[in-house]
Amino acid sequence: MSQLLDGLEIGERIGKRIPEAVVEATPQWVVVHPQKLVEVATYLRDDSELNFRFLSGVTAVDHLDHFEVVYHLQSFSPNHMLTLKTRALDHDNPEVPSLVSVWRGAELQEREAYDLMGVRFAGHPDLRRVFLWEGFPGHPLRKDWLEMPGGLSPGLGRFPRED
Amino acid sequence: MTMKSEPFVVNVGPQHPSTHGVFRLRLTMDGEKIVDAEMVVGYLHRSMEKLAEGRTYTQNIPFTDRLDYLSAMSNNLAYCMAVEKLAGIDVPERGQFLRVIMAEFQRIANHAMAIASFAMECGVWFTPLMWMFREREKILDLFEMTCGARLTTNYVRIGGVSFDIPPEFMPAARALLKEMPERIAEYEALLMENEIILARSRDVGVLQPDLAIASSASGPVLRGSGVMWDIRKADPYAAYDRLEFDIPVGTCGDCYDRFLVRMEELRQSVRILEQALDMLPDGPASVNVPLALRPPAGEAYARIEAPKGELGFYLVSDGSPHPHRFHIRSPSYINLTPLRDMVVGLTVPDAVITLGSIDIVLGEVDR
Repeated sequence: MSQLLDGLEIGERIGKRIPEAVVEATPQWVVVHPQKLVEVATYLRDDSELNFRFLSGVTAVDHLDHFEVVYHLQSFSPNHMLTLKTRALDHDNPEVPSLVSVWRGAELQEREAYDLMGVRFAGHPDLRRVFLWEGFPGHPLRKDWLEMPGGLSPGLGRFPRED
Repeated sequence: MTMKSEPFVVNVGPQHPSTHGVFRLRLTMDGEKIVDAEMVVGYLHRSMEKLAEGRTYTQNIPFTDRLDYLSAMSNNLAYCMAVEKLAGIDVPERGQFLRVIMAEFQRIANHAMAIASFAMECGVWFTPLMWMFREREKILDLFEMTCGARLTTNYVRIGGVSFDIPPEFMPAARALLKEMPERIAEYEALLMENEIILARSRDVGVLQPDLAIASSASGPVLRGSGVMWDIRKADPYAAYDRLEFDIPVGTCGDCYDRFLVRMEELRQSVRILEQALDMLPDGPASVNVPLALRPPAGEAYARIEAPKGELGFYLVSDGSPHPHRFHIRSPSYINLTPLRDMVVGLTVPDAVITLGSIDIVLGEVDR
């Protein structure tokens, strides 16, 4: 069984190694400061006990006032996983450092997050749109993206049975 | 006399039979050699992640059918597991076994398609395709008998499955499993030592294990490079912890190894299915779940070993009946990360085989 590592414990370990990196730690995840992200990620990958060599997924979440970028990390040996997060607090111009230099697997996933959510990954070697075309108005997965070209409004209204 | 050459660009796709859909590969060539490759995707982008935010958790299940439309059962399963994790729903034992049975039949159907199209790309025309479609057809018949649909099954539901299996399912499934080892032996006799396949796929598109891990490859692409990693074993879900099977791995990570891994996985799936059909318990197959399910605020990431690799769903709930965020970690898309490294230095026909050996479905790449 793949064990989900305790975020509090890992947060403490990261904090000892890289001061002021951890913003918040809960049993489920660790939130680190974007400026320390590459350093933390390199530590998590290279530490022989943690050994997070596999980046399972990267995604961004729009929390209305800020963006959260979520990394699911997996180690093959020992078999455990960790959810690492970072926050881009400027909602109009979100930017976090790219982790392509640490895990190649972030390359396409960061492009996807940039394309659909508009989070810029500083230091990404090839940050372009991937599904939509260059010049598409806005980033559609953002919660404040409400208008499509041609006056269409995306998404449904409320679920009819909810009342 | 020295010849002066300059690089030129070859577009493979988007409308090209070897790209398995609307995938475009922009190859920069120097003579016959590929010096750079760039993938262009998005022709099938349907903005599923956005659409899902406007619908309820149950209404989103049919979207997952249309991701990897060759293995709809696996997609349903991964999504429903994520919702169940989010809402804390336990699935009855019979439901868990039915999920395993369907997921493994789906794996056989998917690998049959993958191997057959790979053989076609190598130049072994039509016979393997016809042979494998014969078995795939029987599997689709089993799906149709159970849930009424063949491709977009919408079978696995939150809290269980949509229908219990009908009485005629068991005899048909057992008959199919009885003949499968013989059929697989036939495929092996036709393909494993096949001169065309050996000549075309050995030492082509080599993916080193370190690069495979670093670039987040999963499924047969990762295992073909010799990394023993299968979520069914490493992080068992449904009823996989009670079933015995082996994980086949390749040795050198070329196209032939990925093909061998898929071939062996057919056998292992048959082995899992035989056990699962024997162990199938009685009792209810599902629990009742409200239609407008409101999971508590929070987030969940659930993943399965889909036929193409690690398929994960990351859901964020804000306590309303709609997901706040619905993210799909799709194996087809992420397995394309090392494609450039694999094809640079090859020729165009070898690049086509390398792409075929990754086994992508564009519904899942573009989402």
